[in-house]
Amino acid sequence: MNILVFLESDGSVKKSSLEALAYAHKTAEALGGGAITAVIAGPTTTDLGSLGGYGVQKVLHADDGAFVQVDIMTSAAVLKQAIAISNPDLVVLAKSSLVDAMAPRVAAATGAALATNVVDLPVLNNGVLTVKRSIYTGKAFSDVALNATLRILTVKKGAATGFEPNSATTIVESLSVSLSGSDKALTSKGTEKATGEILLPEADLVVSGGRGLKGPENWGLITDLAKTLGAATACSKPVSDLDWRPHHEHVGQTGIKVSPSLYIAAGISGAIQHVAGISSSKCIVAINSDPEAPIFKVADYGIVGDVFKILPALNQALK
Amino acid sequence: MKILVCITHVPDTTTKISFTPDGKEFNAAGVTFIIGPYDDFALARAIELKEAQGGSVTALNVGLAETEPTLRKALAIGADDAIRINVNPTDAWQVAQEIAAVCKAEQYDLILMGRESIDHNGGQVHGMVGELLGIPSVAPVMRLDVVGGLATVSKEIEGGKEVIEVNLPLVAGCQEPIAEWKIPNMRGIMGARTKPLKVVEPTVTATSTTVQQFSLPPAKGACKMIAADNVAELVDLLRNEAKVL
Ligand SMILES: Cc1cc2nc3c(=O)[nH]c(=O)nc-3n(C[C@H](O)[C@H](O)[C@H](O)COP(=O)(O)OP(=O)(O)OC[C@H]3O[C@@H](n4cnc5c(N)ncnc54)[C@H](O)[C@@H]3O)c2cc1C
Repeated sequence: MNILVFLESDGSVKKSSLEALAYAHKTAEALGGGAITAVIAGPTTTDLGSLGGYGVQKVLHADDGAFVQVDIMTSAAVLKQAIAISNPDLVVLAKSSLVDAMAPRVAAATGAALATNVVDLPVLNNGVLTVKRSIYTGKAFSDVALNATLRILTVKKGAATGFEPNSATTIVESLSVSLSGSDKALTSKGTEKATGEILLPEADLVVSGGRGLKGPENWGLITDLAKTLGAATACSKPVSDLDWRPHHEHVGQTGIKVSPSLYIAAGISGAIQHVAGISSSKCIVAINSDPEAPIFKVADYGIVGDVFKILPALNQALK
Repeated sequence: MKILVCITHVPDTTTKISFTPDGKEFNAAGVTFIIGPYDDFALARAIELKEAQGGSVTALNVGLAETEPTLRKALAIGADDAIRINVNPTDAWQVAQEIAAVCKAEQYDLILMGRESIDHNGGQVHGMVGELLGIPSVAPVMRLDVVGGLATVSKEIEGGKEVIEVNLPLVAGCQEPIAEWKIPNMRGIMGARTKPLKVVEPTVTATSTTVQQFSLPPAKGACKMIAADNVAELVDLLRNEAKVL
């Protein structure tokens, strides 16, 4: 099985992209070998040759003058071109806001069978590749057969674990992509990004606050604890609806889905729509003054008590 | 502006998900179906744009007759007419091809839908429709303004947002806070009964994926309770039992 991995860079190659490489490596191993090629668009500070440590045979780097902007349309063009060159059986991408929007275009253009939200390594049954997907917003799974010779997977955090790259190196080739007018349809007018914070979708530790915190003036309790832990901060939907916190921190059915090792839910009732976004967390801690709060049904550890007392005490105990 | 809003017919967000004992089908007994919450945001924004700038809003669903109440709800909320493509949707590629076929004939300026459905969470249809029509697609869209033929879109990125300008026609996969959900009023509900709902037969049968098996996650163990005056114990458990710190 020859595999092509699409990489994203936010300065350096993203952690999630390295996980996609690990996923590709483990897949090749499980399915009897095959070449792994990686493709990346735009500038990066990562020494791409070092990706040989993931078993990559070749990195295609689209970064010439034509590449002013990495967006949904241009990166779809890059991936189409890389598919044409490397002729893979399988394309692996780490789920992200760019990949979610771009992968379906590539599937439609190439006739590939696409599975998104993949949570485990694929299996091959009589030549048919099958993957496990997360569905019903974390409430169920489906095993999906991909009925085409080219398959594209977008994989969730944690789909492949326990892989350490070695010190091998690989060759890096420049990929020249001629962008058509429609590939350049999007004009970026700038980004607004929280700086210096740990990004929620990729975070391993998350401290999250709900309406039980009473108001934005109390968010120091959440951010202080997050700082001590090196965790990302999150919130429930009403909290972002009330503008106590920015929308990109809102977790749940209609917000970000997280899968950290540890999710601390403080003053969050645990409505089914909130739980939908956190159910793939490894460990959930609930702090709530109401012993009947539904959050305790999904939590691993619980404290019945006042967030205004527990959060500072917890912060102190961790220091 | 001629706007199409593609809506899904999905289980209410409070539904306890279950499957038939053989794991082959979703168990729909007793389940309330709704307009997908993300699609509902898209519909609300479409109606706002129409109210401000004129034009029309068509709601479309790919599904069998049982989805018509959901389409009628979209009409009650404010869509002018509705289209149902009469086929059981089994994968995103099939749905995208059906939608693209309608769009080719109708030439919409804006094709809106939710960023993903809340049943299969595929999030594939917007991009596929864009590619099939040869027009740009953007998702997840948190703000959408149109002046003349130019759309200004605010798109979610990890940890923030990006503002993008793009000429119409455009496909957008939407999410909040693009608009507030609209609740149909009595006049809307009465009016919806007589608004046109056209049933169109499918044009393609091609799918590229098949679901073989559904399953539920393993049941969660009981929550271990810790006394409020003993956070040190919690820290110890997180370090030494759960091993997450
Ligand atoms: C279609 C749909 C989609 C939705 N999507 C989402 C989503 O994506 N994410 C989401 O979060 N919600 C979502 N919701 C909303 C959801 O139903 C709940 O309303 C919401 O999650 C509640 O947020 P909360 O827990 O912060 O607030 P509340 O439900 O008000 O809970 C506050 C909690 O704080 C506790 N508390 C109060 N004071 C203290 C104190 N001093 N110390 C300790 N605990 C205290 C209370 O006991 C209570 O349990 C959605 C709803 C719908 C209908």
